[in-house]
Amino acid sequence: MTGVAGGAGHAALEQIVREEAGLVLAALVASCGDLDLAEEAFQDAVETALERWPRDGVPQRPAAWLTTAARRRAIDRLRHGAMRSGKSAALRASELARLAAREDEPDPEQAAVPDERLRLIFTCCHPALAPEARVALTLRTLGGLSTAAVARSFLVSEVTMAKRLERAKQKIRDAQIPYRVPAPDAWAERIRSVLAVVYLIFNEGYTATGSSDADRRALCAEAIRLAGILAALLPDEGEVHALSALVLLHDARSDARVGDDGSLVPLDEQDRARWRHAELGAGLAALQRAAHCPGRGPYQVQAAIAAAHATAPSGAETPWRAIAALYAELEAIHPSPVVRVNRAVAESRASGARAGLALLEPLALDARLHARLAAYQPYHAARADLLRQAGRRDEAREAYARAIELCRDESERRFLERRRAESRANGSSGPARHR
Amino acid sequence: MQYALLFYTTETFDSLPPAERQEWLAQMIAWRKSLAEAGVLRGALRLAPSATATSVRRDGDEVLFTDGPFAETKEILAGFILLDCADLDAALAWAGRCPISRIGTVEVRPEHPEGPMREPGVS
Repeated sequence: MTGVAGGAGHAALEQIVREEAGLVLAALVASCGDLDLAEEAFQDAVETALERWPRDGVPQRPAAWLTTAARRRAIDRLRHGAMRSGKSAALRASELARLAAREDEPDPEQAAVPDERLRLIFTCCHPALAPEARVALTLRTLGGLSTAAVARSFLVSEVTMAKRLERAKQKIRDAQIPYRVPAPDAWAERIRSVLAVVYLIFNEGYTATGSSDADRRALCAEAIRLAGILAALLPDEGEVHALSALVLLHDARSDARVGDDGSLVPLDEQDRARWRHAELGAGLAALQRAAHCPGRGPYQVQAAIAAAHATAPSGAETPWRAIAALYAELEAIHPSPVVRVNRAVAESRASGARAGLALLEPLALDARLHARLAAYQPYHAARADLLRQAGRRDEAREAYARAIELCRDESERRFLERRRAESRANGSSGPARHR
Repeated sequence: MQYALLFYTTETFDSLPPAERQEWLAQMIAWRKSLAEAGVLRGALRLAPSATATSVRRDGDEVLFTDGPFAETKEILAGFILLDCADLDAALAWAGRCPISRIGTVEVRPEHPEGPMREPGVS
């Protein structure tokens, strides 16, 4: 084997393996049609690699090396019936034939590994799977994370996560969820599910702010990587570029988002010197690419909002009127109390507390929303601040009480209690928070 | 591979005004026809209202009959069809076009991976 001289540390080798995992697994699944078998064979190949590479050097094409080694192991396993999951003789024979057909290729270690990741990601994000299973499968297969790492990221035990993955793989197999890029008539729904999975992965990481949350914060980087892979595979899909932009723009600000005392810092009060400008630039470039694709979807509008914040010269110069208009556009696509609350806060910054309250009031009148709204903390927090600014002190105090009662974040509770105390003293100081 | 499409509805269909019922029936017939034309239809049964159901259980030697369906739920099993499809996506696509998916729920279930039950040793 020609290759880089040995000496790369174990961690570096594992990193190489993880980078290639999605590509290799997808190629294996495509050639044998069985995710479980592909995973087992891939693990075998990884073990061999970690044993040999330090001695022989890392091959020039690690993905091709791993794919070839794993394919051989899959053939071995099929021949000897050594699979975790039971399988009929006929099925084994057909998978064997498919795999063996690839073995005769001249020097398979030099051949390019076909990029089958798109098929695999559509399978992992299939709407017939439970949302949490989609996320776990995507991280496990495309992201190359170990089951233990996925479990830690989602704060569940490894046993629970292993069961969740097993159930999902069993459904893929037994219900015959195909490894296929969906047909045009199903495309819109299916791509939505893929994007939602990547965004969910990002948000899991983004909401983890504690210093002990390193595993969860790594999910942000993983989501950015997945969005980048998708954008490369689907260059004409505007919403994919938009999602890529959105996660980059958010992530670029993650250092400035948490104060020294661990409390969350609102966007327009963040120290802009602590934003990662290269990442912001990459996000804005991705948004440009999205804008050049036909159609405009919810991720593009959300990325445009993030970009409006990112490009404002200072917090005080945030273009609130434009942001409020973007939220109105987002609400037209996806009406929800969450979007309405954000829109109301942006509107209040553009045109005053009364304009914001005018947008919040219809929510309280909608009987279908009563239960949801009663438990939705940001609504009460935003309403309390707007009422305080409008000088409606009694109502403000009531709303603060409700917001504090529902608050799960200690630093935000302190912030709200301070504001409640101020609203007892006098009218208005400081605007509502916006994140 | 065979998939069962199980139709769950609240028994409102029989109480629909005749005109709506006609309209709905026409759609159902058109859907059935498209299944037959595609060559995927393997069987179907439209069931009488759940008031006609009898549930049977055996406790030791005693056979117990109960008037009514197995579970008293708002949505009841109104019928089912059997389809032969290449994969779940194909079965889900048919289910999505089924008129019942607008008024009730269509549950899509694949056949057991081991096929029908057989005597041990017989293949």
